[in-house]
Amino acid sequence: MKILVCISKTPDTTAKIAFTDGAKKFDESGVQWIINPYDEWYALVRAIELKEKDPATIIHLITVGGADAEPIIRKALALGGDEAIRINTDSADSFSIAAQIAAVAGTEKYDLIFTGKETIDYNGASIGGMLAALIDAPYIPLATSFNIEGTTATITREIEGGEEVVTVNNPVVVSCQKGVAEQRIPNMRGIMAARTKPLKVVEPAAVEALTSIESFELPATKAGVKLISPDNVEELVRLLHEEAKAI
Amino acid sequence: MVLVYIDHQDNQIKKSTLEAVSYGAALAKQLGTEVHGLLLGSVNDDLATLGAYELKNVYQMNDAALAHFDAQVFVKTIAAAATKVGATTIVFSHNQTGKALCAGVSALLKAGLVTGAIALPNTSAGFVVKKSVFSGKAFANVSIQTAVKIIAISPNSYKVVGGASAAATTTPLDIAVTAGHVKITAVHKTSGEISLTEADIVVSGGRGLKGPENWGILLDLAKELGAATACSRPVGDAHWRPHHEHVGQTGVQVAPNLYIAIGISGAIQHLAGVNRSKTIVVINKDPEAPFFKAADYGIVGDAFEVLPKLTDAIKKMKASA
Ligand SMILES: Cc1cc2nc3c(=O)[nH]c(=O)nc-3n(C[C@H](O)[C@H](O)[C@H](O)COP(=O)(O)OP(=O)(O)OC[C@H]3O[C@@H](n4cnc5c(N)ncnc54)[C@H](O)[C@@H]3O)c2cc1C
Repeated sequence: MKILVCISKTPDTTAKIAFTDGAKKFDESGVQWIINPYDEWYALVRAIELKEKDPATIIHLITVGGADAEPIIRKALALGGDEAIRINTDSADSFSIAAQIAAVAGTEKYDLIFTGKETIDYNGASIGGMLAALIDAPYIPLATSFNIEGTTATITREIEGGEEVVTVNNPVVVSCQKGVAEQRIPNMRGIMAARTKPLKVVEPAAVEALTSIESFELPATKAGVKLISPDNVEELVRLLHEEAKAI
Repeated sequence: MVLVYIDHQDNQIKKSTLEAVSYGAALAKQLGTEVHGLLLGSVNDDLATLGAYELKNVYQMNDAALAHFDAQVFVKTIAAAATKVGATTIVFSHNQTGKALCAGVSALLKAGLVTGAIALPNTSAGFVVKKSVFSGKAFANVSIQTAVKIIAISPNSYKVVGGASAAATTTPLDIAVTAGHVKITAVHKTSGEISLTEADIVVSGGRGLKGPENWGILLDLAKELGAATACSRPVGDAHWRPHHEHVGQTGVQVAPNLYIAIGISGAIQHLAGVNRSKTIVVINKDPEAPFFKAADYGIVGDAFEVLPKLTDAIKKMKASA
């Protein structure tokens, strides 16, 4: 079985969100970069768990980005996976990223393709769905559990107000979220091994972005909290009813 | 033409669909065009009533292959339908179904997509849609450059505007549907619960509640308010509450009218998922808890004393109203 895991580089969850260039660009100064948590905690770890059950499994990691994405992909390799592919172009929009990955996936013929449910920076939640459409594979978004027996996958996915269990044959594209895998941290052996794992750099396909970011804005700051005494909860109820019109 | 995807579950049109229809109607007015709906499958609701939200017409496809949801099949069908009826902008709700569909349709049609949109586009120069980014810590204005455009609006971001006296027509649409590969073998509904992303009010608990056995007082409050329940990540991780209740940067992102946080410190990752809530109430015994900085109203106090009193006070208010 051959698995492709899509890896994105995102700012750390505590990074200060600020913009430069007349609010046109994300201010990267002082920002620590991490593997997008959904890609790491769920997509990648589930792939590793599947390989632990069936050692013949081959895991490829893929990222679209410049050389500055390499520390992140090495970090992912330290958790597990056999080799990494970096498509050497700056990511422009979701479509261009998905189309780049589709160009690789189209020739490599993976049985499973895992993505995180979204990235924590642009929150597009789009790469998996676009990729599936481009390679004409079934798409199961928002998976909370994933198992495979032979070539038939059994997947639980979130639906509104509950969950749905589906079965589908390979190949399939799955977006992963909480529940799919148990979190783990890289160990020293993994970190050493990652240094010698192959990291292939491929040149991008000719793809045009469909959208572009014009500018960013920060939310308006709150006016300040109104404190109410714990002995006067009636006042809170009154304010919520009359002032905030929230109840 | 603006084409709105009519999402449904258990043969009923969803509230998020009405938001998408209201958004689509306003957008059509702005662009000087008509708004139509696209329904795959069937619902018990009378489709004519969608006219109240200024929807002109619903294109309906009732092919047997569409009776069960399969993203791959639905994506191809929607893309073909949109082309056939000449849609220039397609609107989805960015709910679970929308997340399964909009990206695929975008890829097939090479139509630029903005997900998680929170406002109507600015069309004064181009077509620029505002969306939430960095999990609610900022907004981006995204320009769509393609002729056909797709917008997936964030649930609870656009008000349902009903009350028009027109009736929507229904037009059957005939498009060949390909067979799918996905079989649905079971559906588990968290029965009686209010959907977290659609809820007007969310009552959320953190580690300050000490253990799952103490959730009763929170559930009582939620019940009194008709609210959905949520929790912080450590609470979900410790299995005090189900995973799907975990809100924040790495959980569900919510934007209700009212968010009540109980015994939650207000870590940056938690705030990211909830700070688009209209009104935030924080109940925490630590006056230094960071959450108070993001709150509109706060009570510095012990949740175990405050919650029962609050539930009572709401009961009284309702009784006297
Ligand atoms: C990469 C990453 C992603 C993360 N993603 C998320 C996320 O999506 N969502 C999320 O929630 N967290 C997330 N976290 C975790 C986050 O940093 C915090 O650890 C977490 O939100 C804290 O949860 P809490 O507020 O319930 O617990 P604590 O921080 O322990 O706070 C408990 C609070 O309860 C109060 N309290 C105690 N007793 C009482 C009482 N009797 N009455 C009233 N108040 C009381 C305390 O004063 C305290 O403020 C993430 C962390 C990382 C590193």
